[in-house]
Amino acid sequence: MPVTVKLPTQLRDAAGGQASASIEGAATVGEVLGALYEQHSELRTRIADEEGQPRRFVNVYLGGEDIRFLDGLATAVPDGAEVTILPAVAGGQGQPASGA
Amino acid sequence: MRGVRRLSCRPRTPPGRKANPVPADALKCKECRTEYPLEARYVCERCFGPLEASYAPRSATGEELRRRIQAGPHTLWRYADFLPVESRPEAALPTGWTPLVRADRLAARLGLGEVWVKNETANPTHSFKDRVVSVALARAQELGFETLSCASTGNLANAVAAHAAAAGLPAYVFIPADLEEAKILATGAYGARVMAVRGNYDRVNRLVTELSAERPSWAFVNVNLRPYYAEGSKTLAYETAEQLGWEVPDRVVAPVASGSLFTKVARGFEEFIDAGLVAPGSGVPIMNGAQAAGCSPVAQAWEAGTDVCRPVKPDTIAKSLAIGNPADGPYAIELARRTSGGIDAVTDDEIRAGVRLLAETTGIFTETAGGVTTATLAKLAARGEIGRDERVVVYITGDGLKTIDTVRGTFEVNEIEPDVEAFEAAMGELVGATV
Repeated sequence: MPVTVKLPTQLRDAAGGQASASIEGAATVGEVLGALYEQHSELRTRIADEEGQPRRFVNVYLGGEDIRFLDGLATAVPDGAEVTILPAVAGGQGQPASGA
Repeated sequence: MRGVRRLSCRPRTPPGRKANPVPADALKCKECRTEYPLEARYVCERCFGPLEASYAPRSATGEELRRRIQAGPHTLWRYADFLPVESRPEAALPTGWTPLVRADRLAARLGLGEVWVKNETANPTHSFKDRVVSVALARAQELGFETLSCASTGNLANAVAAHAAAAGLPAYVFIPADLEEAKILATGAYGARVMAVRGNYDRVNRLVTELSAERPSWAFVNVNLRPYYAEGSKTLAYETAEQLGWEVPDRVVAPVASGSLFTKVARGFEEFIDAGLVAPGSGVPIMNGAQAAGCSPVAQAWEAGTDVCRPVKPDTIAKSLAIGNPADGPYAIELARRTSGGIDAVTDDEIRAGVRLLAETTGIFTETAGGVTTATLAKLAARGEIGRDERVVVYITGDGLKTIDTVRGTFEVNEIEPDVEAFEAAMGELVGATV
């Protein structure tokens, strides 16, 4: 089963107007995002900083949990999982968890 | 945005009203400085940084501005010239101009010279959230929204519910399901629809952020209206300066949850200094932030000497400060560093003691957030960080009746028969106990 990536409204114009993307064959959150950038190249600069990490005010969730409480970009992604990208509102700063 | 009247970038001045001399002219990204029109938006589309209101250069003199303020109502709208609205609204639920009380007994207890308490329990729904909602609602109405909503740890829910009721608008508030009962009841009473979400505040916030995309015709005061909402906290500083006789205090102690209030209070003082409304040479106060140890991502970052606030899972009785992933954390740290202040954390026991200390020495019964602030003041005093010649202002942001369980079991009640002898016997025991 593919992984579904849900995109916030602010990113949809960079994804051809799509509210979500379907990713096959990715084992980690980092790989999911990498494949997402392959599909929509503009998303890379919008989501990631120069080092490839999610920007300071971008929150990434796997199945409802902030990946900073998991293994960051190295977090394993189960089949059929849902990855959600959201702008920080009352939530923002934070480094990916260790191992990312 | 469908269903919402779009406005031009620069606010218009309605006929018959004098032009606003300190107009907001754009929303600006705090990170990359990209500018956007004054619409319902909160995040930079280029870098995802937070947006905030920016203002055109001031044209009026300090004296002119002071006259305009003093001619205004005794509400936060006397400072409309410094807020991101087109014109001073006719507020249905007047807010602000809360007492600033000199707390000599508190100061004496802590060995300090001059302490003032800004008593925000005196607002319509008994917390400072009435300020931010007032500004967000005013802007929401200017933009044509007709439904109000928010994610809340309780106080904001109360304020949104009340101000929406006063304005005749429907309200939908989203809160963590385990919130203090008093805050839930005091929200539903106004007719607001309460959505109790199974999860902590950060989960509630995430849900509401997603919903803001699904419901573009709703004004989510702390999401899509956040740049306007946040500006309301500046009025805490404006009032303080005016109530001190147009002076800036030497030091401020204020709670830190998202870090918005903390940073906007400093911004408020800065704006009054820049506008020439306070004595020349005044500087921004030393800014001390207060967090609960059970949710202290900003204090932990401060302690570690970094501005990287690692998110935490909150576990504290100070639920109104229980934001584990604070958006303005790095800005709060930068401010504390710049003003030679700091960010401290206090334990739940220290919070309870802080609530009692404030109540016993000032007659002000605060909720747990005020306990955090008072306990932090006590901690700073005990460490000898506050000079006796300093004028300190403490922001007490909410009312103790909303978190009544905090004081349960901290004192004894004497139950007696209804006769004089029983009373005298009980008095004898009390006197004996204190000898």
